[in-house]
Amino acid sequence: MHYNTGYHREAVPLVRRFVEQFRNAETVCVPSASCVAMMREHYLMMAEAENDPAFLSVVRSLLPRVFEFSELLVNRLNITDTGATFPHTVTYHPSCHSLRMLHISESPIKLLQAVRGLQLIELPQKEQCCGFGGTFAVKNPDVSVAMLAEKDACVLQTGAEVVTALDNSCLMQIYGGLHRSGSTVRTMHLAEILASEGAA
Amino acid sequence: MSIVIGKTSKAPTFPIAAKAALKNNQLRRNVAHATNVIRTKRALRVEEMPDWEQLRTAGADIKQHTLAHLDHYLIEFERNCELAGGKVHWARDADEANQIAIELIRHYSSDQPNPEVIKVKTMTSDEIQLNHALEAAGIRPIETDLADMIVQLGDDEPSHIVVPALHKNRVEIRDIFRDKMSLPGLTTEPEALTAAARFYLRERFLRARIGISGANFAIAETGSVCVVESEGNGRMCVTLPDVLISLIGIEKIIPTFADLEVFLQTLARSATGERMNPYNSIWTGVTPGDGPQHFHVILLDNGRTKLLADPLERETLQCIRCGACLNACPVYRETGGHAYGSIYSGPIGAILSPQLASLEHSRSLPFASTLCGACYEVCPVKINIPEVLIHLRGQVVREDQKTLTGKLSAENIAMQAAASIFQSHRRYEAAQRLARLGQGLFERKGQLTNLPGMAGAWTRTRSLRPIPKQSFRDWWKARAKQEPKA
Repeated sequence: MHYNTGYHREAVPLVRRFVEQFRNAETVCVPSASCVAMMREHYLMMAEAENDPAFLSVVRSLLPRVFEFSELLVNRLNITDTGATFPHTVTYHPSCHSLRMLHISESPIKLLQAVRGLQLIELPQKEQCCGFGGTFAVKNPDVSVAMLAEKDACVLQTGAEVVTALDNSCLMQIYGGLHRSGSTVRTMHLAEILASEGAA
Repeated sequence: MSIVIGKTSKAPTFPIAAKAALKNNQLRRNVAHATNVIRTKRALRVEEMPDWEQLRTAGADIKQHTLAHLDHYLIEFERNCELAGGKVHWARDADEANQIAIELIRHYSSDQPNPEVIKVKTMTSDEIQLNHALEAAGIRPIETDLADMIVQLGDDEPSHIVVPALHKNRVEIRDIFRDKMSLPGLTTEPEALTAAARFYLRERFLRARIGISGANFAIAETGSVCVVESEGNGRMCVTLPDVLISLIGIEKIIPTFADLEVFLQTLARSATGERMNPYNSIWTGVTPGDGPQHFHVILLDNGRTKLLADPLERETLQCIRCGACLNACPVYRETGGHAYGSIYSGPIGAILSPQLASLEHSRSLPFASTLCGACYEVCPVKINIPEVLIHLRGQVVREDQKTLTGKLSAENIAMQAAASIFQSHRRYEAAQRLARLGQGLFERKGQLTNLPGMAGAWTRTRSLRPIPKQSFRDWWKARAKQEPKA
C-alpha cells in the first residue's frame, strides 16, 4: 500500500519487518497475489537501494521461497484436488496482479475444477480490472466505482452464486458493489472454497 | 523557458474532471465502443505474429540505445537532412517552435496577408498549441486528418492520441459538418460524411502552398522523415505544397533506415489493428521538380531532455504514440481522454504530461491508475508504465511532505500511522481491538456506513463488512488447541 501510493521511504521498514519475520521460514505461503507481486517486483530493488549487503542477501534468499497460495499448491506441491466439496456455481475473477505480474492463469482453475459439486462458469471480460487499485479506490472513488459496475455486471451475467479470486482486496471491492446494489452473490477467497467440506 | 502541453494550465485535477466525464453517458458509450473495436482488431493482428515479443524487445532496445546516444543521432540527422537539401531548426520550447514556424510561413507567403497552411495530423503541434499561435499571427491552419478536422471544426480538443475524435459518434460528427460546411441535408451515412469531408479538403489541398507535418520517425542515417497514416490526406500535405515544415520531437529519432522494419510492423498493429498502415510516406530533403521545393525541420525539446537523466523516466520517451495503452486502459475506458487535462491522455499521458510540465493538475495524473498493468502488456516498446507511475507518485508524495499542509494531510497522517502499526505486532493487535470497538458507531445492518475521512469515499458508494470478531491468528491458535497434532 505504501510503496504503490508513493510512500517509498515509509515502505522500507515494512519490508525489513516482513523479511525479519519470515527469514527462517522454509516456505512462505501468501494468500494474496498482489502482495507476492509487490515482493517479486520491488523488494530486490528496494533492498539494493538500502546499501545494506546483509539485508540484501537475506532478501535474495527469501524471495524464491515465497509463493502465492495457488502456486504453492499446484506448482510446488503438485496438489490439484484438495478434497473439498462445494456444491455451488462459481465464477473466477483473475486479479490483475495474479494475471499480469505473476502470470498465474492455470493453477486456480485446476484447483476449482477438482472441487466436488462445484460448477465453474467463465466470467465475461474477466481480464478487466475491478477498479480497486489500492488507494485508487478512495483517491478516485468515482472512476473506481464505474469500473466496479462493469465488473459486477459481468459477475451477475454468469448467474453464479459465488465469485472467487486470489486477492481479498479485489473481492472486497466486488462485494462492496454487489452488496450495495442488493445482490446476494457471495465473494469468497479461493482458500475458503478449497476448505469447504459440503454445503456451506 | 516555458513548457506548454496543450491547454493544460487551467485543467481541473483528474478526480474532479473524471467525475464530470462519468456523467456524460453518450461520451462513455462512444469511448467504450471505439476502444473495444480497436482492442479486438489489435489482438487479432498481434496474435498472428509469432515473433511479437521479440519485436517488442527489439523496439525497446532500439529506442533505449537511441535515447542513450541522442546527442550523436540528432546531429547525424541534422547533417544528413541538410545534405539532402532540408534545413533543420532547433526549438527549446513551444514558444520557440511556434515562432520558427510563424517566421517560415511569413517568409514564404509574403504576398498574402492571411496565408493558409494545411496540416497532417501531428500531436506535437497540439502539444505546443501551434494552431492558436498561428491564428494569433493571422495564419489559418487547416487540419486535414479526418478526426483532427472534426475536432478543429467542432472547436474541441483531441481525446485520443491516434483517434482524436474518438469521443464523437456519427450523429455528432454529422451535426458539426452540417453546421460548419453549410450542408443542411447531410445524413449520417459514412459515405455521405466522407464525401463531404473529401469535397471540403480537396479544395484546400489544391490551393495550399505550405504544409505542416509531424513525424512518426526521423532517420539519422539518411536524414529522412517518415509519416504513417490511414487516409492519404497526410500524403497530400507532404507532396502537394511547395513548402513543407515538419515539427519533430527529439525522441522521434531512430538510427538507421533498417530500424523502420521493426516499428512499421508494431506501430500499425498496435495503433489501429492493421497489418500495415495504408500510407507510409518517407521523404529525404528536397528533390528538384518533385514535391516540396523547400523543406524545414523543427526539432523540439519542450521538456524532453530533462527526462533523459533517469533510466526509468527516460522509458517514457520510447513511446511511438500508438495509443494501444489508451485502448487497453480500464480507467480511460470510463472517462475518455479529456479528463486527463492534456492532449496526451490515458496511461502514457499520465506519465508524459507530469514529466514534461510541472503543473498543479498534472500531479493527480500518476494516481489516475489502478496499476492493473494492461498498458504495459500491450506497449509495443515495453514502457513499464505502472513502474513509472509508482516512481512519479513517489515524487509527488515527497514534494507534498515538504510542505506543512502536505505533512498534515489526512492521507499522510493515515499512511504514517499505518506504517507504524504494521511495524509492530503489539500495535497491530491494539489497532484491531480499537477498530472493533470503534466500528460499532458506524455499523448498520451488519455493514459499515458513513465512515469518516478517506474511508468515507468507500462507504458512500460501496458496502463494507465490519472487521470480524475473530482474527485469522486467533482462529489459528484456537484450532491448534482443539486439534492437537496427530
